[in-house]
Amino acid sequence: MSIELKDISKHFGAVTAVNQVSFSVEDGELMALLGPSGGGKTTVLRMIAGLEVPSSGDIYVRGQRVNDVSVQQRNIGFVFQNYALFKNMSVFKNVAFGLRIKKWKRRDVRDRVEELLALFGLEDLGPRYPHQLSGGQRQRVAIARALATKPSVLLLDEPFGAVDAKIRQELREWLVTLHHELNVTTIFVTHDQEEAMEVSNRIVIFSRGNLEQIGTPRQVYEEPANEFVARFIGVINVLELEVRQGVARLNELEFPAHGVPEGQRLRIGFRPYAVQISSNLQLYRYRATLRHTFFLGVMLRVELELPSGLTIRARMTKEEYAHLGLEDGAYVSFQIRQYRILAKEGMPLAPETASTQDAIVYGEGI
Amino acid sequence: MAGEGIQESRLVRWGLIAVAGTFLGLFLLLPLVNVFVQAFAEGWSGYLEALRQPDTLAAIRLTLTVAAIVVPLNVVFGVAAAWAVAKFEFRGKPLLITLIDLPFSISPVVAGLVFMVLFGTQGYFGEWLLERDIKILFALPGIALATLFVTFPFVARELIPVMQATGSEQEQAALTLGANGWQTFWRVTLPSVKWGLLYGIILCNARAMGEFGAVSVVSGHITGLTDTMPLRVEKLYQEYDATGAFAVASLLALLALLTLGFKTCLEWQQQRAYERAQRAVKSADAPSS
Repeated sequence: MSIELKDISKHFGAVTAVNQVSFSVEDGELMALLGPSGGGKTTVLRMIAGLEVPSSGDIYVRGQRVNDVSVQQRNIGFVFQNYALFKNMSVFKNVAFGLRIKKWKRRDVRDRVEELLALFGLEDLGPRYPHQLSGGQRQRVAIARALATKPSVLLLDEPFGAVDAKIRQELREWLVTLHHELNVTTIFVTHDQEEAMEVSNRIVIFSRGNLEQIGTPRQVYEEPANEFVARFIGVINVLELEVRQGVARLNELEFPAHGVPEGQRLRIGFRPYAVQISSNLQLYRYRATLRHTFFLGVMLRVELELPSGLTIRARMTKEEYAHLGLEDGAYVSFQIRQYRILAKEGMPLAPETASTQDAIVYGEGI
Repeated sequence: MAGEGIQESRLVRWGLIAVAGTFLGLFLLLPLVNVFVQAFAEGWSGYLEALRQPDTLAAIRLTLTVAAIVVPLNVVFGVAAAWAVAKFEFRGKPLLITLIDLPFSISPVVAGLVFMVLFGTQGYFGEWLLERDIKILFALPGIALATLFVTFPFVARELIPVMQATGSEQEQAALTLGANGWQTFWRVTLPSVKWGLLYGIILCNARAMGEFGAVSVVSGHITGLTDTMPLRVEKLYQEYDATGAFAVASLLALLALLTLGFKTCLEWQQQRAYERAQRAVKSADAPSS
């Protein structure tokens, strides 16, 4: 086990930025810390680096408690959100900085820097200054600088935040490739769930200082631990139902709820892809009118309006859509193949709902 | 119609320039030229002779000594204060910023009097100093202290905005790369503020050499011992030695001109560096990606 956090909390005055967080990172992992801004993920990253001191709890690196180990001695590589390149130094000197501090021999410094510049496709940029580089180049210099002294862990704070959307995709793929090549344990912070899903092999999800879930991209998508995670990762329909005689109901929709006390309220979530639609009205149990179709590239999202006025979202491929002969206003039958009862306790829908709503729509491609 | 408008505004523009130019000429340029005219009234040899008076030489020496003491100290204080203000959040920060500005807002004479109250024979530490035969007032230490006080804000004031703009991320990056505080300061912080620092030093030096009010109060005007250049100018003038007074004044004026030249040169260099950066970014952006 490479890094372990045990009951880490961090308070800034009266504000609790991180609340009793525990998780561990295995050697060679590429892990994402994901959450809306203000969720505490950057603070966690900075505590691992030693740039912040936890208010309580312990951090272990390879079994050794490092709470009192200074930043300089933790042997981590840290890439700042805006890269924090040394403005008064050339690319070469930026990358060489850590090596010079560690008193490497001149020749070794040169060899190592040249090796890194070549690895990062920056061979010709050695004499340039940071202000003479593009955003993507700056990021690569920052990562090369962080990796120069061969740290045991690479930490990146919003690594794709400062570049424009076009190069962001390129950089994501590049980071994954780099990780494969170097196999250095990597933890990065992001607020973009799509980015976390695409790049990392495990995701830690934070909301308002709490750790909400930790798991593989597939786990957090298919088995969200609670409503916050479900809403934050991808699009989901959430319904609040009441249990009557072992069945949870909302208007015409019914879900089996054996053994749940009479009158209890349940929240149920299902992904748009779990909604199966047919133009054959006899095929499925429920009926609805197709109100809107949204084109999302390969996939389409449709909004179904039930006779009671309830609206749910479904998703299908273009081919399915054409095959079923659907169009706005069509009357269809549908069923819900898969759903989850969402945990409620202690996880009220955060006020971030409004902002995460956008993220949900954006994340439809997954 | 549009042409007339421009014609009119050009008239106004030239009018304003003329007014400003006349004022500058009358109140700045003319006196400055006059200083040199008066200084050279008895020719080049008269000028040199005036400067060669032993008491005048002593005044020049004293002024240089004071500047040599005050400027380095104020660089250290200024960097420390600017660092504290720009990089840390702490209680009483607004108070510290106000205190840094205090010497700007207070009359130099009052600043001098403060030291009289502290170190004069009737002052708080006067007796204690007298018993130990330590001379502060009417000697070099007092002059240096008063000058130190008056010139304190220059370096700090120049550095605070530069340091605030730079932020502390570069320093943190240096820390994560293994640098200790001292290495971080020398290799990262100082180079990134060097222009601001140099500018602050030049202004601080100019004021340290030119300060009159505060020094006048604490110096005691002992000819050949505690007269700085500005005090010497005054004394010579009152002794009807116009050439002597203006010769020393010309040195101070020369210092002012040099300072202005340095300052303009620095600003020009910064501007050029900035433009170079802009061009480089443009040319880097165009073909790439």
